[in-house]
Amino acid sequence: MSSVTTPPLSRRAGEGKDPAGSAPGGASPEEEAALQAAFDAAVAAEERIEPRDWMPDAYRATLVRQIAQHAHSEIIGMQPEANWITRAPSLRRKAILMAKVQDEAGHGLYLYGAAETLGTGREQLLDKLHTGRQKYSSIFNYPTLTWADVGAIGWLVDGAAITNQVPLCRCSYGPYARAMVRVCKEESFHQRQGYELLLALSRGTEAQHAMAQDAVDRWWWPSLMMFGPPDEESAHSARSMEWKIKRHSNDELRQRFVDICVPQAEALDLTLPDPDLRWNEQREHWDFGTIDWQEFRDVLAGNGPCNEQRLHQRRAAHEDGAWVREAAAAHAAKQAARATPPDPAPGAADTKTPPLPAEQAPQSRPPEHAPQPRADESAQRGVEHSS
Amino acid sequence: MSADWPLWEVFVRSRRGLSHTHAGSLHAPDAQMALRNARDLFTRRSEGVSLWVVPSVEITASSPDEKDPFFAPAADKPYRHPTFYEVPEGVRNL
Ligand SMILES: [Fe+2]
Ligand SMILES: [Fe+2]
Repeated sequence: MSSVTTPPLSRRAGEGKDPAGSAPGGASPEEEAALQAAFDAAVAAEERIEPRDWMPDAYRATLVRQIAQHAHSEIIGMQPEANWITRAPSLRRKAILMAKVQDEAGHGLYLYGAAETLGTGREQLLDKLHTGRQKYSSIFNYPTLTWADVGAIGWLVDGAAITNQVPLCRCSYGPYARAMVRVCKEESFHQRQGYELLLALSRGTEAQHAMAQDAVDRWWWPSLMMFGPPDEESAHSARSMEWKIKRHSNDELRQRFVDICVPQAEALDLTLPDPDLRWNEQREHWDFGTIDWQEFRDVLAGNGPCNEQRLHQRRAAHEDGAWVREAAAAHAAKQAARATPPDPAPGAADTKTPPLPAEQAPQSRPPEHAPQPRADESAQRGVEHSS
Repeated sequence: MSADWPLWEVFVRSRRGLSHTHAGSLHAPDAQMALRNARDLFTRRSEGVSLWVVPSVEITASSPDEKDPFFAPAADKPYRHPTFYEVPEGVRNL
């Protein structure tokens, strides 16, 4: 009945696989079967699997692969849009685009955090991205040729991402599901700003309208590829659905996306570049043309227009940023050295007075941007008195 | 990158009157920088009025393996809940 001391919520980078993950100490086949049964029951009952729960090795590996690829996509996805920050046509658009690209960085960090709870360190994940051993979404290997591409990305690429991600909020793995809730809350602004941008261009001059149409022509098909290969070719889909990592098939989500986009394109007064697009009374869905899966495979294999550039820029950003990380570590070491003398030994203090709960604990060096606990309390009192 | 930077758990008080809630984790070289990173990562849209960062290694947790025996003492004490007790019909405010 004793509790054990281990970091519970997420593990330290590089600590390796959680011993709780596989059967501890080499469990017997019966014990293994019992663990598997408990896992299956939890998934079936729509309970969430949490980091220190036992889980099948293949479940863990699938999640690491999927979450890592998702995180990498967020980080690489910053590049095509960041390409236009300095050339945004107005301060308003520039501020919006910066906020969006910052959000994508945040999404990457939420997801890396979720992946780390499965026992894979941050360093390891980045290394696999930088050496091409883990993939990111093929969509980000297309170039952003005009300002209208920023709009098309927001509307179509973020739109497709939302269609994919909303069901992931109910993923069976708790930390991934929670990260997706956060991401989805932020994504809707991404899609709207893109749509608004395209609308402005579409309603603008003839040249602006043509620019918007050209962007949609180039981004439409790659966006449909974002849902992955057709169901009959999707290698891991069935198992992921069994595990409730995935809730809908690739084709199902793709259809949902097409159905959403058709009326939106109409309202934009832009055409989707598919002559086979027509309403199917029987299915009550939009029929659409055949996707060029050869192009998808080529881009995935590294032969898209920007694959090399994206990876090169990612590695360069990492290497060029090394001095910042070193400076931060040096600063932390200096602050720690300066702060050593005054604090009494924590053990000695504990014997005299019980430790304060964190809500009241005085901070030795409060950060500039956060109010001191005492100011916080008096402000609260002030509010109470005035009511 | 942050291989040598410790992991911090971030707790956010979304508004006054509510407790801090676990939001996620991040890497930072020290507590001050962890706070700043946490602000940028978890409160870009005013989601919080107060932040805590706690070194992940400092947290002591119950083990999932002993989940059942650990929490068992509470399971057989229904008399801790008001619904356990019978109250004659018509008796109010009880
Ligand atoms: Fe995102
Ligand atoms: Fe986005």
